[in-house]
Amino acid sequence: MADPQQKIRVLIAKAGLDGHDRGAKVVARALRDAGMEVIYTGLRQTPEMITEAALQEDVQVVGLSILSGAHMTLVPKIQRLLAEKGLENVKLFLGGIIPDEDKPELEKLGVTGIYGPGTSTQLIIKDIQNACQQ
Amino acid sequence: MSAIDPEPVLHGERLAVTRALTQIENNTQKGYQLLEMLFPYTGKAHLIGVTGAPGTGKSTLVNQLAYHYRHHLEARDPPKVAVIAVDPTSPFSGGALLGDRVRMQDLTGDPGVFVRSMASRGSLGGLAGATGNLVQVFDAAGFEIIIIETVGAGQAEVDIASLAHSTIVVEAPGLGDEIQTIKAGILEIADILAVNKADKPGADHTLRALRTMLTLAQPQPEDLDHHGPAMKPGQTDIDEPEKAWVPPVLPITATTGEGIPDLVGELANHASYLKTSGEWKQREQKRLTNELEMLLRDTLRSHWETKISPNTYQDTLDQVINRKITPWKAVELLMGGANL
Repeated sequence: MADPQQKIRVLIAKAGLDGHDRGAKVVARALRDAGMEVIYTGLRQTPEMITEAALQEDVQVVGLSILSGAHMTLVPKIQRLLAEKGLENVKLFLGGIIPDEDKPELEKLGVTGIYGPGTSTQLIIKDIQNACQQ
Repeated sequence: MSAIDPEPVLHGERLAVTRALTQIENNTQKGYQLLEMLFPYTGKAHLIGVTGAPGTGKSTLVNQLAYHYRHHLEARDPPKVAVIAVDPTSPFSGGALLGDRVRMQDLTGDPGVFVRSMASRGSLGGLAGATGNLVQVFDAAGFEIIIIETVGAGQAEVDIASLAHSTIVVEAPGLGDEIQTIKAGILEIADILAVNKADKPGADHTLRALRTMLTLAQPQPEDLDHHGPAMKPGQTDIDEPEKAWVPPVLPITATTGEGIPDLVGELANHASYLKTSGEWKQREQKRLTNELEMLLRDTLRSHWETKISPNTYQDTLDQVINRKITPWKAVELLMGGANL
């Protein structure tokens, strides 16, 4: 049972060598306007930095923006570090350029949602809200 | 509903600490029970407040300050440092964008540092309602230095002064003329004034204006003699000038770390001043008094809410909106109807 004062806390992170954060900022802003508390980490984060921030901020959701093509390396590493820190309940969402053929593998790794260019922010908001109610 | 075990929190285990912070921030019953158990272990940390207008460089300065405590203190083990960074909650959506971590990248990967972002959740004084309670958790978990960064403050967000032992007010060049420096409010709460972006043009002017302001507040003997003893105000500070704390004004360039060692030195001076003058105790008492009063207010309100039906409240409110009764009359009716 969720406490009435419980807010959905989301970490929005840009992983790896990838300097383009327009999409991440648009999503962060949309989630803010949907009443969530969004922690933005800035650019060029390592998996260690992202998972440590997720721990310190005690977020329910991590939203990763990856446009560099490194998702098949970064996502497993982040999932493993989250589990090591006792954060296996944190839901991972992925946005950016993710080829369709990688999606089944990523979903098997436990990624909750994957969003490409042109996704409506309303859809992302709804999916996050649903994932946090479970 | 089982209570949370306080032991891992007291040992500073990070997962336990972060979960404790969440429970307490959300004002849950479990959170209160935990605070109850942690409270006897608090009161050891040096609480440092950092406040100032948006964009003056508070987060960058906090980053440097925490880094200095961790890496550049000589002749002792570095203290564990906690940072609580507060950013505003939207009054429209209830959401918040917490972006202070962006400036604190130097602190990641250090197990002796814990950075927690907080949304203000409707509080107006520059902090969140639960900030004081989060401080207790860090204090009990063995963090010796706790840095609290307020929301970008305007002129009157001065709650930090009653929470922190030492308050740093961050100024930057180009934010107004000398008249700004003699207004009441945020400058009055400074224990230390940091003029950030000291490498920018106009920094000298800002430094001078702030130092002048301080000499107006703390007249020097030679200033008084100038017009004879009739000018002497009845301030006790003047009678014992060696005992009063005069806030130092320090030039800082937070992006490079220039001036940070001086700032840390002044923080140590301020802490020992507070202890020798007895003010440390006074501030602690004031802080706990404030907390008790806030809690009382909240508790009275929720107690009152259980006594009054939502319909009665709505009816009374409608009457006020329709200009049938005044807000004062409405309060009288609602308080009377509650049978407190």
